[in-house]
Amino acid sequence: MRDFDFEIVMGLEVHAELHTKSKIFCGCTTEFGGEQNTHVCPVCLGLPGVLPVLNEKVVDYAMKAGLALQCTIASFSKFDRKNYFYPDLPKAYQISQYDLPIAEGGYIDIEVQGEKKRIGITRVHMEEDAGKLVHGGGSLAYAGYSLADYNRTGVPLIEIVSEPDIRSIEEAIAYLEQLKAILEYTEVSDCKMEQGSLRCDANVSLRPWGQKELGTKTELKNMNSFKALQKALEYEIERQAEILRDGGKIIQETRMWDENKGETIALRSKEEAHDYRYFPDPDLPPIVISEEWVERIRKTLPELPQARQVRLVESYGLPAYDAAVITGSKAMADYFDQACTAYGMTLPAGQKVDQKGQERAKQISNYMMGELSRRLNASEKGFQDCPISPENLVELLTLIEGGTISGKIAKTVFDEMFESGKKPKTIVEEKGLVQISDEGALASVVAEVVAANPQVVADFKAGKDKAVGFFVGQVMKATRGKANPGLVNRLLMEELKRQ
Amino acid sequence: MKLHTKCAHELHDLLVSKEISATELVNDVAARLEDVEPKVLAFVTKTIDEAKAAAARVDDKIASGEKIGPLEGIPMAIKDNMCTEGVPTTCSSKMLHNFVPPYDATVVRKLKEAGSIMLGKVNMDEFAMGSSCENSWQEGTRNPWRLERVPGGSSGGSAASVSAGQAVFSLGSDTGGSIRQPAAFCGVVGLKPTYGSVSRYGLIAFASSLDQIGPFSRDVRDCALVMNAIAGHDPFDSTSAPIEHPDYTTFLDQSIKGWRIGVPKEYFGEGIDADVSETMQKAMKTLESLGAELIECSLPHTEYALPCYYIIAPAEASSNLARYDGVRYGFRAEEAEDLISMFSKTRSEGFGEEVKRRIMLGTYALSSGYYDAYYLKALKVRTLIKQDFDRAFEKFDVLLSPTTPSVAFSCGDRLNNPLQMYQSDICTLSVNLAGIPAISINAGFADGLPIGVQFMGKPFEEGRLLQISHAFEQATSCHSQMPPLKGGCAE
Repeated sequence: MRDFDFEIVMGLEVHAELHTKSKIFCGCTTEFGGEQNTHVCPVCLGLPGVLPVLNEKVVDYAMKAGLALQCTIASFSKFDRKNYFYPDLPKAYQISQYDLPIAEGGYIDIEVQGEKKRIGITRVHMEEDAGKLVHGGGSLAYAGYSLADYNRTGVPLIEIVSEPDIRSIEEAIAYLEQLKAILEYTEVSDCKMEQGSLRCDANVSLRPWGQKELGTKTELKNMNSFKALQKALEYEIERQAEILRDGGKIIQETRMWDENKGETIALRSKEEAHDYRYFPDPDLPPIVISEEWVERIRKTLPELPQARQVRLVESYGLPAYDAAVITGSKAMADYFDQACTAYGMTLPAGQKVDQKGQERAKQISNYMMGELSRRLNASEKGFQDCPISPENLVELLTLIEGGTISGKIAKTVFDEMFESGKKPKTIVEEKGLVQISDEGALASVVAEVVAANPQVVADFKAGKDKAVGFFVGQVMKATRGKANPGLVNRLLMEELKRQ
Repeated sequence: MKLHTKCAHELHDLLVSKEISATELVNDVAARLEDVEPKVLAFVTKTIDEAKAAAARVDDKIASGEKIGPLEGIPMAIKDNMCTEGVPTTCSSKMLHNFVPPYDATVVRKLKEAGSIMLGKVNMDEFAMGSSCENSWQEGTRNPWRLERVPGGSSGGSAASVSAGQAVFSLGSDTGGSIRQPAAFCGVVGLKPTYGSVSRYGLIAFASSLDQIGPFSRDVRDCALVMNAIAGHDPFDSTSAPIEHPDYTTFLDQSIKGWRIGVPKEYFGEGIDADVSETMQKAMKTLESLGAELIECSLPHTEYALPCYYIIAPAEASSNLARYDGVRYGFRAEEAEDLISMFSKTRSEGFGEEVKRRIMLGTYALSSGYYDAYYLKALKVRTLIKQDFDRAFEKFDVLLSPTTPSVAFSCGDRLNNPLQMYQSDICTLSVNLAGIPAISINAGFADGLPIGVQFMGKPFEEGRLLQISHAFEQATSCHSQMPPLKGGCAE
């Protein structure tokens, strides 16, 4: 993008729903779905007289996320009220954090086209989610009426605000991917973007190259997938660039990404910007966090994606690309590790597998990135609910390695495993797919095939190499694909030479 | 037997000795309620049928030989800002005129568990904002001692109902004096407990950091009994203190000999009526005769309490009352064109003048650019006021002051002068800002109207307040007087 007229400056604000069982200030379930307004009680509905009681698990999770994002955890934190009117907000204020967030000053390292870069994290704070409006008559603008569903009200969120360090769409996407992976690894959020448990807003501004002051920004909302983020940013950057090229001025405003129209629409301008009248929530005492508490949470931190990526390269000799893809999702990385364990390759830290081990690891990786990912994507599943267990995949690889089945048969077995979840050995036995490596038996098949096709033998002798392929095909047909291909080749050459 | 003039502990003895039944008791008090209600106008909602059913259950229990608790079968009234499951809870506001909560406030649940019987929900200033009980969507409650006077506010209905014999005890809420000032005006006992000692869960919030629920009763012993029932940690209220509460009746009948009582000079200056000052002098003499030592002291930041309170309380109120937007429950204005006009029409039509005044004050005080100058400043002043008390309690067991600068004023007198109305709470506000407990008991009369004396104590030392109040009560006779109020059209 260097030839672009302007430098792009972006910061992302990401909301993640925390994976707690109950809501932030009451005991209602956080489960997604359910009949409208069934996961509610007087507290999350904000009925007159109710009071919030903080779910301590929320603090644990927010701290865990903060630590995974390399933030400093505040020893003294508090909740504030953010006041505004909207029908999905039962109390007409959101309990959030303002000047004393739970965590501050972290970072995420990203890599774009081989270049490493550090994106600063300004803060991580806790808040409650609002409800959801269902607009009668299609879109908000033409709604004849609106219905409110408060099931989501009070679901705990963390908001992760980045520094304006992002300079390209690729960086924005890499940042969000890395952030999503970290939140998944720590298991603080399930990060299901399609269910709204991970939501992204972006602050975008442009400035001429070399200019120090930031340009006027717009805030983009409602980008609920990586694709939407990409398209919205493309649209908004081009929109701002066009205005600036024509000598116009950007208006500071909030804009919403309209998926259907493929454009951003102005929601509200700065002149009518909200004054949220933040003040400390008098119903909730401040949160005092001890060193011990922080350490207790730090101990629960798992190996994070980047450390895991390094380990996969160092311990298993995986190519950096493979390691990056596999660690991009926790479920996929866990699958890989479980497969290695099934192969007997559980390693103490700092140790390396041998050459054979490296080949096996690469085999696992190939299957995962290739056939398995393809099948999972097609059936809209993730590695966490893969019908083929890591143990069964390894069993399949062992059957191939030991020559029990051919690579070709393996494909059939794999398909069957994916459909039925059966063990590969069972499938091979049931269908009689064991590879024929018996030299005597194969030799007679080869002899028969050669004897039955004198014309092709003549062609071979005349120097037509294609003839070999024909004979291989015939042998495979006769053995219903079970013949050991290496053995068939050798026996064929011997037989043909004899002719 | 005139049961409606008796205290809860006396009635309990009569129930236990089977001289009366709970049904008789409820019938008698309910009859008195109906009899004087056209004059007093204390009740917003009556639940007499349910009360009679509950009384029958208590009688069954007594008949079967089971023991009953000290408040079991005793008729009570609840201020209409405490949620009662299935019974309308309106905050005396048009905004909530049709609101029926699906749950009980913790205090209501506790009193139900204690076996007390609710006769109804009582009138108040709308959303507890006011000092006269005239800011009600319903007609204002009257002072049982003289009907053209106000009962005080905002818990005017709670105070008047006990004073008039329409309930044996009641609950009120106190944000800046809303229990103590009406208790003083109506000549009953009113206790504002330490912030955090009684759960606020289910109390419809006015100013969350100041609100506290407390009892109204005819005598100090009843006050202790009600505290025993309602005080305690509540996991549903994060600001409720996780402490053990003593049996408050154990403080009664104990001497106050040798106690040092601080008399803050700031509470005896300009603006305090001569009648009130005189009654305070007499009260101090009584206490001296009981062996206490009275010493003048100073709470130097007292003069800032009123402005400080009128920043903090409206600021919190503006946020607490934002939920009344017509979307989910309560009043919704008709014929709004769009969402914003629905919000604004609903709130314009649903709230009364005083509530709107405070919402605007609070919104302004919290708005960006003014927060530091007003709200933050007020929080700092609040700390200074609290420190005044901390220092005083290093030297004194309790502090004494008048509860109000004057006796009950006439209806309509201060309605159009909000600043003058706010002055009614000048002696009580600081206590809420500091979060400490304070009690008002009757100390005498001027021209047939009661005058209250206020005792202020250290946090969680309600027991000592009850101790000195009880000692004072035993040494005087004023608490045993009933207002000369007759039922029907006889007066």
